[in-house]
Amino acid sequence: MAGALTVPAPPAAPAARIVAALDGREDQITVLPVLSGAGPLALRRLRAGQRTGPAEVALVGAMAAPLGGDRIAVSVRVEAGARLRVTSVAATVSLPGPQPGPAWYDVELAVAAGAVLEWLPEPVVAAAGSHLLLTTRITLDAGARLRYREEQILGRRHDWTVHGVPGRLTSRLTVRQAGRLILDQQTDLGPGAPGWDGPAVLAGHRAAGQLLTVGLPCTAPSEECAALLALPGTDAHLLVAVAPDGLALRRLLTGPL
Amino acid sequence: MSGALLLLADGRFPAGGHAHSGGAEAAVKAGLVHDADGLAAFLTGRLHTTGLTAAGLAAAAAGGFDPAGLDEAADARTPSPALRATSRRLGRQLLRAARVCWPDPVLDGLAAAYPGGAHQSVVLGLAARAAALAPADAALAAAHESVNGPATACTRLLGLDPYQVVAVLARLAPELDLVAEAATRAAAEAVRRQDAQPLPAASAPLLDLFAERHNAWKVRLFAS
Amino acid sequence: MHRDHPTDEFGTPRVTVLSSGRRRALRIGLGGPVGSGKTATVAALCRALRAELSLAVVTNDIYTTEDAEFLLRHAVLPPERITAVETGCCPHTAIRDDISANLEAVEDLEAAVGPLDLVLLESGGDNLTATFSRGLVDAQIFVIDVAGGDKIPRKGGPGVSGSDLLVINKTDLAPLVGADLAVMARDAKAQRGELPTLFCSLVDPDGVAPIAGWVRERLARWRAH
Ligand SMILES: Nc1nc2c(ncn2[C@@H]2O[C@H](COP(=O)(O)OP(=O)(O)OP(=O)(O)O)[C@@H](O)[C@H]2O)c(=O)[nH]1
Ligand SMILES: [Mg+2]
Repeated sequence: MAGALTVPAPPAAPAARIVAALDGREDQITVLPVLSGAGPLALRRLRAGQRTGPAEVALVGAMAAPLGGDRIAVSVRVEAGARLRVTSVAATVSLPGPQPGPAWYDVELAVAAGAVLEWLPEPVVAAAGSHLLLTTRITLDAGARLRYREEQILGRRHDWTVHGVPGRLTSRLTVRQAGRLILDQQTDLGPGAPGWDGPAVLAGHRAAGQLLTVGLPCTAPSEECAALLALPGTDAHLLVAVAPDGLALRRLLTGPL
Repeated sequence: MSGALLLLADGRFPAGGHAHSGGAEAAVKAGLVHDADGLAAFLTGRLHTTGLTAAGLAAAAAGGFDPAGLDEAADARTPSPALRATSRRLGRQLLRAARVCWPDPVLDGLAAAYPGGAHQSVVLGLAARAAALAPADAALAAAHESVNGPATACTRLLGLDPYQVVAVLARLAPELDLVAEAATRAAAEAVRRQDAQPLPAASAPLLDLFAERHNAWKVRLFAS
Repeated sequence: MHRDHPTDEFGTPRVTVLSSGRRRALRIGLGGPVGSGKTATVAALCRALRAELSLAVVTNDIYTTEDAEFLLRHAVLPPERITAVETGCCPHTAIRDDISANLEAVEDLEAAVGPLDLVLLESGGDNLTATFSRGLVDAQIFVIDVAGGDKIPRKGGPGVSGSDLLVINKTDLAPLVGADLAVMARDAKAQRGELPTLFCSLVDPDGVAPIAGWVRERLARWRAH
């Protein structure tokens, strides 16, 4: 039914935090004054000591997370002029917990004027019996640039062969640019979400994803199962795609190499 | 006041809907809908995604939420440019009929503020308000519209038995009520907080893809 | 079917003045069965009248924009003066039961390229009962052809019996299809009483002249009103 109407606000959880800023002394070099893991999420600095390009951080799931009942949060702020790329070392697999009930994953991204954030984690995979409520809030100042990828995979092969169903992923993505709401979108995929497998929503595809680009180049896909959507804001584009599996989805979101 | 609701929700209300399939034409062309069962699955998905979202926006408009704020919320909830254009075109057509039926300075103001058309769901809510209907009525009309149009389109596109098609709609009616109730609750919360955040933002990946694909066709029976 | 009264049959004033205070363009609808020559008539009227009048055209295609493209290809008017409306399988609905998309197309044209003297609206080819709403057009021409058989006027229907002008086109084909023009004229007269009927062949160089004359006369009445 209309059960997952709005994602209930998750009770406050301590968030893993990253703050990226320009080095006050040496221009054009991004430093990370705050880099702190929390709960099951550890953060690892990559390319440390590099003097060119963006600062890079990898999200590391220190445990098999999230499990039903978990509350995970990440908060990232990129200060004016800084450049940050965030990746993850592996897919995030959402698993059922000891008690029935969902897990919450909260992502908060803020990008200041002239700053660049690339948020390119590996996919979220919904294992049979799990339900993950994913909430992402992105706040962009005027002139902030962003590349944000989100990939949702319904079930591992094992979930389909053994259980015949994947888990459920309810995801809400809200983007503000210079105070204006330019994207507010919730998808609810997996058992319990009405019509999710039908011809209006996924029609048998097991992977869905998008690449949001603001102020950076992007290319229109040639495939039928992807489209580049110009959002109401300034130079903001959403590449949306559905695919039979994660590999095919990544190809659609990456474009011809 | 159900007389006005029946009028507003009637597929024959001259507001341009007859020329639109709500993504059904693209779904049919993709081979994803070819019979009454496929139609039922399509309508279920549409009702719980764009139908729910439209119902929330309509109920909030009927409940007195600032139309400009709702217009921004509707824009953000419609990432497909093709669907934004369709929604505004239909909004403009609906407003034309509503202003004749229920003259109201608010509707005149909306027409002046959005010469290219405000979003259909927002206009629907304000039309309901002008007709002295409640937010729940507006939500119900929006939810109904989200499935009625594509159902009629499939009758024409597939030559489906019209009795089977209305039976599909009849079986969906209880879910329609639930969607409208959920949208009405969310809208009341949005109005109370003067914040659009509680409004549903449910979307369906394929409906966005269908809309963009269909918009590029040269030969088609429906405008969307 | 349409008389130039300032009010309609319910006494509601018909809006004939734009917000700018200017009198809006005369709107003439062209309906009739598939292939009878509606687009050919529109094209010929544009060529005959474009030097003396400010014109625009709205086409209503069933599933393509073929008619609009024909008019564009033959450059009968500059492209910004031609608009296509999509009718969702139901061309008659778009000109009669729900005229909103057509009204908007006309108003957008008037706003974009106005001031206009005349807007021609071509319906998607449809059946003999499809006629224009008086909320959309001020006058309508119903175009049939002799190739459809000389029985059509006898069959009647709202288009044949009530249109402001009945055009019986493709008279050049009459000998080939064995159509008796005298029979058609007699039946049309019986259906239409005093309403005018014109026979024409649009393949003739000046075949549209009588229709253009009728349009000029309607326009003079519209302006005098
Ligand atoms: N022989 C002959 N052919 C004509 C005449 N008028 C039109 N045609 C041809 O008839 C065909 C159909 O004409 P259209 O003008 O496209 O007809 P239409 O009524 O607009 O057709 P739809 O929009 O498809 O309903 C075309 O091939 C024209 O060239 C005529 O007077 N004589
Ligand atoms: Mg034609």
